[in-house]
Amino acid sequence: MDLSIIMNYKLLFTRSILLLQICLSVIYFSSTNSFAYQNTLEKIKSSGVLIWGFDADGGAPYVFHDLKHPSKLIGFEVELVEAIARELGVKVQHFQNAWDSILLSLQRGDFDIALNGIEIMPDREQAIQFTRPYYAYTEQIVIRDSDNRINRLEDLHGKKVGTLYNTVAKRMLEEMGNITISTYSGQVEPFKDLSLSRIDAVFVDSPIASYYAMPNPQLRLVGKPAGEGYYGIAVRKEDTALAEELNKIIEKLLRTGELQNIYSRWGLWNTAQEKLFLHEELLQKYTENLPSVSEKVSPSVTKFLPTLLKGAMVTVGISILSMMIAVGLGLILAIMRLYGNTWLQRISTAYIEIYRGTPLLIQLYILYYGLPNIGITLSAFAAAILGLGMNYAAYESEIYRAGIQSIPRGQTEAALSLGMSKRLALKRIILPQALRITIPPMTNDFIALFKDSSLVSVIAMVELTKSYSILASASMNFFKLGIITALLYFGMSYPLSLYARKLEKKLRLHDRNP
Amino acid sequence: MIEIHNLSKQYDNQPLFKGLHLTITKGCVVTLIGPSGSGKSTLLRCMNGLESFQEGHISVNGQKLYGIHEQDYNKAQVPLTLKNIRRKVGMVFQQFNLFPHMTVLHNIIESPTHVLGISQAEAESSAISLLQKVHLEEKAHSYPDQLSGGQQQRVAIARSLAMKPEAILFDEPTSSLDPEMIEEVLAVIKDLVSEGMTTVIATHEMGFARDVSTDVVFLAKGEIVEHGSPKDIFCNPKNDRTRAFLNRFMK
Repeated sequence: MDLSIIMNYKLLFTRSILLLQICLSVIYFSSTNSFAYQNTLEKIKSSGVLIWGFDADGGAPYVFHDLKHPSKLIGFEVELVEAIARELGVKVQHFQNAWDSILLSLQRGDFDIALNGIEIMPDREQAIQFTRPYYAYTEQIVIRDSDNRINRLEDLHGKKVGTLYNTVAKRMLEEMGNITISTYSGQVEPFKDLSLSRIDAVFVDSPIASYYAMPNPQLRLVGKPAGEGYYGIAVRKEDTALAEELNKIIEKLLRTGELQNIYSRWGLWNTAQEKLFLHEELLQKYTENLPSVSEKVSPSVTKFLPTLLKGAMVTVGISILSMMIAVGLGLILAIMRLYGNTWLQRISTAYIEIYRGTPLLIQLYILYYGLPNIGITLSAFAAAILGLGMNYAAYESEIYRAGIQSIPRGQTEAALSLGMSKRLALKRIILPQALRITIPPMTNDFIALFKDSSLVSVIAMVELTKSYSILASASMNFFKLGIITALLYFGMSYPLSLYARKLEKKLRLHDRNP
Repeated sequence: MIEIHNLSKQYDNQPLFKGLHLTITKGCVVTLIGPSGSGKSTLLRCMNGLESFQEGHISVNGQKLYGIHEQDYNKAQVPLTLKNIRRKVGMVFQQFNLFPHMTVLHNIIESPTHVLGISQAEAESSAISLLQKVHLEEKAHSYPDQLSGGQQQRVAIARSLAMKPEAILFDEPTSSLDPEMIEEVLAVIKDLVSEGMTTVIATHEMGFARDVSTDVVFLAKGEIVEHGSPKDIFCNPKNDRTRAFLNRFMK
């Protein structure tokens, strides 16, 4: 395992509480701007602190933890922000925020600027404003070195291509059509899956492609750079004074050559950066030509529904299959622990303790990205249901064990005295009684699993929460979509509790002990 | 039929039986009486392997169960021996232990169909006649928790009989019943006894013991204090402890 897993963990954890975010966004929308300062530039100068929002888990070369000194952040954007702060005469304060919701948090007033490879896109400008560009990127294809099928953008047709979600690259792939797109939230994972032949190519912003693919002899860059675009610093819509101040600073850094120095150190300076000197009108013209989400997807919520429903289907499928694994494996573990010999008992106990004592996310990562190291390459779907199923099996087995132990000893004795074998007594007499006792806690767990299934988005599964996340951050419509997504979850889990309650009542009718 | 030879058993180093001998011949009705904790139930449970013991052996119909400390005791043999013994010797418990998730009928046919391999139809028809025998045929489709204690115990007897045992062990069959239900259960046991079923009963019902037994065994602190005909024990007890026990009970 490498450090990227640990690095990504924080981001993923943040995502796992996306449901909470849905609720928070409701609160936020009812109180927009109440946190925002009238003049952020003045606030920065008087407090002497520039609060910078970014996501370090997004990775290199933008901003990331130095592997040699993990508490230290490095990256070309770290150096850029420090230069900007120095020009403002203030200090930088870091604000780690999940990339998906970085603009939302900016609007909330969590920090003063968002600077983290945020592409200047017209639909984003509806919610926030951008400074002049600080970096000109292109989109780049990366393939396995051994693969000769793909030489240019058009060759991606009919292939499986990995990209990062909510990016220009993804939008370009969607417009090309006839491409199976695998969307990732971390930058390391698509390259891993490319090496493992789970996908045929990666199509991402050039700094990412250069940084991750160049040092890897298994991978290479192909094709001409496509889809030029710019990164800008995002500030709140009303912070025009701050934006103007930042524009002046960027221009100064450009003219003095400091920007070039920073980019050169990271191997990111190229001729495309010359355009940063150009007039604003050119930029204007460029951004107008970009495809816009607001054109493609009307704000009408019904347009989002098919995507959300598709995500919901994946959620249901994953939940049911992994619960089946959890129930079957859990039962085996419980029986091993209660009736097995010393070794089986130890194995079962160790399994339960390890699976309960480690985070599901780590388990998913090991299954999906760790196992290929020993030659086992699971598909995302298989890893998702196995990961969830094996994790919940540990919990289910403890429920079954408690259930079995709660059946009075006399039941086993009666069965044995009637000539039944231990096995038959367990199967016909003990388990049927024990399992109905376990229905309420099992329902609980199934509903929990149902919601935990959103965690599998970390291994490139697009289920309901991920679908919401993608749609919401693309359309900035966190509120309506959030309500709909929450309703979908509720609409699926509530009938389940109702059914379990009914079943429990029916079974309990004849289950009182004399 | 059942021969207990030199039985020794201890719980956590507390000795209970110290070399106990008892022979129960076919057709006998043996009642075990004695104060609580005297080992009546434990002795019964040893007879069909629900309790293990340290030394001696119990032979049922030629099948021998050995104490776990015996030298020539063959562990691999134990499950088969237990299976053979339990098919021949039924047991009725103080707490009835009916299966709460099954109807009365299914409680009765469960073991015949799954252990003996008797067809469902055949098992059901003999279950119905057993229910008639215990006067509960109308309860065939009820669940245990819909029955009174006395009714449940009669079902438990029918369930045990469905395995066509050669002997039945009754472990205080009326001790958890309300007084008005005791008679109906004792009546069923009396019927069985009159048909010649080999029976061992641990009980506190002294009148019943006197009426139905061929042998009465008085146990105290894991020891057979006195063993004889009901007449010997109840009318002419030789041992002071027997006399003291009976005096307390007969008042």
